Amino acid sequence: MMKITQRLLGPVTLALLAFTVVMGLWITPPDTLLDGGGNYGRLLYVHPALAWVALYVSFGTTTIASGLYLWRRTRSMTMDRIASCAMEVTTLFIALTLITGSIWGRPTWGVWWAWDARLTSTAILGVLALGYLALRRANDDPADRARRSAVYGILIAVNIPIIHFSVVWWKTLHQQATVLTATGQVSVHGSLLLTLLVSFVAFTLLFAWLLRARYRLEVSRDTARATQQASALAQRQREGA
Amino acid sequence: MIRVAWLVARKDLAIEARSRVLLWQVLPFGALSLLLSGLALGPNDAGKSTSAPGLFYLVTLFTALLMIHRASELEHTSGTRESVATLGLDPAGVFLGKTLALTLELWVTGIVLLAGSVLILHTALIGTVHALPSVLVTLGAMGAAGTMYGALTAGVDGPATLLPILTLPAFAPLLVAGERSFSAALHGGALWEWWVIVVVALVGYLAVGVLLYGVLEES
Repeated sequence: MMKITQRLLGPVTLALLAFTVVMGLWITPPDTLLDGGGNYGRLLYVHPALAWVALYVSFGTTTIASGLYLWRRTRSMTMDRIASCAMEVTTLFIALTLITGSIWGRPTWGVWWAWDARLTSTAILGVLALGYLALRRANDDPADRARRSAVYGILIAVNIPIIHFSVVWWKTLHQQATVLTATGQVSVHGSLLLTLLVSFVAFTLLFAWLLRARYRLEVSRDTARATQQASALAQRQREGA
Repeated sequence: MIRVAWLVARKDLAIEARSRVLLWQVLPFGALSLLLSGLALGPNDAGKSTSAPGLFYLVTLFTALLMIHRASELEHTSGTRESVATLGLDPAGVFLGKTLALTLELWVTGIVLLAGSVLILHTALIGTVHALPSVLVTLGAMGAAGTMYGALTAGVDGPATLLPILTLPAFAPLLVAGERSFSAALHGGALWEWWVIVVVALVGYLAVGVLLYGVLEES
């Protein structure tokens, strides 16, 4: 069952992404919900889904995996690998979120960068993610690196709400929730809603697919490194004998 | 835990009192940065108190980085870690002690820089005094956060360059909250939300530090 799911992950992701592209670009009408509207509104099928993955799914994955690493009962290099691979994918999704946000912001606000709360907090979270990757690269000892990264992963989780509220209270220009309002009402219908929902599923699956591929690469790299070290050690022993 | 915290804080403060790095290096750096900030704004804007709270916190933040780096390096001088490990000190106590020492040093720096803002950036004396409680709590949160980030980067490759990358994004909300509360003290305005940010950050970092500092000591 697990193997079938893993095999289907890639094709299903691609199919759903293709569906989103076709529906978003050709089938659905130009949007009037987003500020700026028209064809720029088609970013609605990409930008919120990217932000959802970047800010909730992938950061959440890193936090949970870091927490599980720090808990002695579940401590393993598997958790460390999941946390680090998720953070690498997070960095990609945050970059895409910022780029698509800027593309939407240029016609709406007249500038590529504005001191909008969500834009600013997303950029700060992006630097936090880069900091995580920098911390990992600054340490060669796998166990020490895993410990430090796990603690930093938890610190990031503590920071997320603090950064979010500080910047939101500071200032916001960003469009308020469009799809699901604060009162829980859905304001998008028909083909727009369908495309939007599919885009959220598609980008979440894309995250899972990329995470799985990156995780497998990390396992292969660790195995290759261990084999290399073992053969180097054996060679030294032969030389010494 | 409290006894260990007190011991560690006294140890760090004694080292600081003997070396006088804060007095002869950190405080002059802070004062110079404040002066350079004024020069960077230009003669027309340097004396406007609207930009003073932001400049004060920016300078404090960079000065804090120097102090955090120094405080974490103290634990990595030859033999210190082994000695601490042999003594079997409670890691939570060590964290609280280092946080207390760093916070006291930050408070001294903060008060000197506040005096500097009154003199150089022309902030109103009464407003600046009113801002003091929020400045002290914000610096306390920076002390707790800084102790954790300092421990994270100590002993790895390039700690001096890694520390700002890890610390500055985490300090961003404290910069925002501190600047807003300082501005509110000077010019009026809502305060409670900025206190919420600073207090939540302080409590959050203290809790994470007490729980996880021991993990970093294993490193």
